[in-house]
Amino acid sequence: MSLLEIHNLNVRYGGVTALHGLSLTVKAGETVMVTGPNGAGKSTLMKTIAGLVKPLHGRVIFDGQLITGRAPETIAAAGFSMVPEGRQVFGAMTVLENLRVGTGMRRNKLAVAADLDYVMDVFPLLRERSHSQAGLLSGGQQQMLVIGRGLMAAPRLLVIDEPSLGLAPRVTDQVYEALMRLRVERELTLLIVEQSASRAVMTGGRMVMLREGRIVLEGDPRQLSAQQMQHAYFGYEDDLATST
Amino acid sequence: MTATLQYLFDALSLGSLYALGALGIALIFGVMRLVNFAHGDVMTFAIFVLIAPTSEAVAPLWVGAWSTPLLVATVLAAGAGLSIVSEWLVFRHLRHATPATTMMASFALGFVIQNSLLVLHSSRPKAVNLWPTLSMPMNIFGARVPALQLLMVGITMALLIGLAWMLRRSRVGLEMRAAAENFDMARMLGVKANRVILVAFGLSGTLAALIGLLMVSQTGLVDIRIGAPMMLVAFVATVIGGLGSLAGAVLGGFLIGAVSTLLQAWLPLDARAFRDAFVYLAVILLLLWRPNGLFVTSTARQRV
Repeated sequence: MSLLEIHNLNVRYGGVTALHGLSLTVKAGETVMVTGPNGAGKSTLMKTIAGLVKPLHGRVIFDGQLITGRAPETIAAAGFSMVPEGRQVFGAMTVLENLRVGTGMRRNKLAVAADLDYVMDVFPLLRERSHSQAGLLSGGQQQMLVIGRGLMAAPRLLVIDEPSLGLAPRVTDQVYEALMRLRVERELTLLIVEQSASRAVMTGGRMVMLREGRIVLEGDPRQLSAQQMQHAYFGYEDDLATST
Repeated sequence: MTATLQYLFDALSLGSLYALGALGIALIFGVMRLVNFAHGDVMTFAIFVLIAPTSEAVAPLWVGAWSTPLLVATVLAAGAGLSIVSEWLVFRHLRHATPATTMMASFALGFVIQNSLLVLHSSRPKAVNLWPTLSMPMNIFGARVPALQLLMVGITMALLIGLAWMLRRSRVGLEMRAAAENFDMARMLGVKANRVILVAFGLSGTLAALIGLLMVSQTGLVDIRIGAPMMLVAFVATVIGGLGSLAGAVLGGFLIGAVSTLLQAWLPLDARAFRDAFVYLAVILLLLWRPNGLFVTSTARQRV
């Protein structure tokens, strides 16, 4: 069953066409890695799904509901949780308060309490520093906080935009270990954006490579050759790029 | 000693008015990045419900003749109501406009409110004597302080504590703080933009009406020109405090109140008429020293 369906999405962002008729389907329980060079339209795609950017044409269907053009809070309430690029913690608020922001739309307070406990088990550091100001945490700690914050909204689809941005490789490993644990234990559908394709191979999910607003390569990264990926990434030979 | 105490109460009561005004501006700026120059006119509108429209010098009382609880509730509701309606009619359509555009729109809105009142009530100040007993001085350690001043300080403190509690502990307070830091992020976590903005405008309008009510009970006058100078001082107070910081706005308000009172006391008699010039000189010096205000918020830093 497909959880997210994107049909023929055209988006203009900052005066240029950022996405050219992009179509993509994410099945429930799947992990999809969206990769591609700077300016490929990865973040624009995520912002459009989240409702921050309105598309020119195209439809986004989440769990059978048409969500194109809806307000971000409506899309969030449908079960879509976004962990944006650059982390964006609420710096003046405590770790605990950050985690609670996304729970306003949930009615079952017992489940909220259980989830809070769960998030703090996955990221023990958040428990330790639950009353610290979020702005004072290190980059890696903030990344864990925003993933936890996204989880507290009880999403079915968790979107994470560049979780490795500005982090040391060791810290990035920790973040990915946690994500892989969440995928199994919470049966989460993950949509992860990364600039480099190497992480996609490790997560074992499906890879979708974007360049200049189009999908240039799609498939299981373990079955794609390094040459294929490089060519698609840098756009050397267009005949190799299996564009959709 | 008694003189010092007297000045202290003067400074605190004047500062209370400025602090409440600054808070009303900062609340809206925090969530919408809008400097609402119609804030002072919301205050004027709210107190004009006290009297019936007439061009005569003496206006018959309307809400002003009602019992105290009903009177207070109606005036506050008038402020909150107009503030919410103005968001609905004007600012909601300008959510994605530049700050300069929304600021101009707020000026325009202010003129519309002020001129509507002018048509209905004429430009004459009208006498309204609310609660004369509150002007009776009370003796506190030898200082003679009008009961109204004490009441003003008391109400302000209670409101500040209440508001701080609301922002720290309640759901909507949490959402308002999140929205003030990063509105898009808050919305992506399910925070309803319209609800947060409605609460901000409602609170801001209530605070404006409250200041109006306190000023009317102090001066005994309902005047169409009451809003603009108050708005100016309140705006300056938010700038001193650091735009976007609620605590800064309150502190800025009290600071201007204290400086005004001190200058009133210390300046030579001939110079007292120009007190405000000295107050604003102090403001300029303060801003030269700290261009971003006393409290720089994280959002302000991001925007630089």
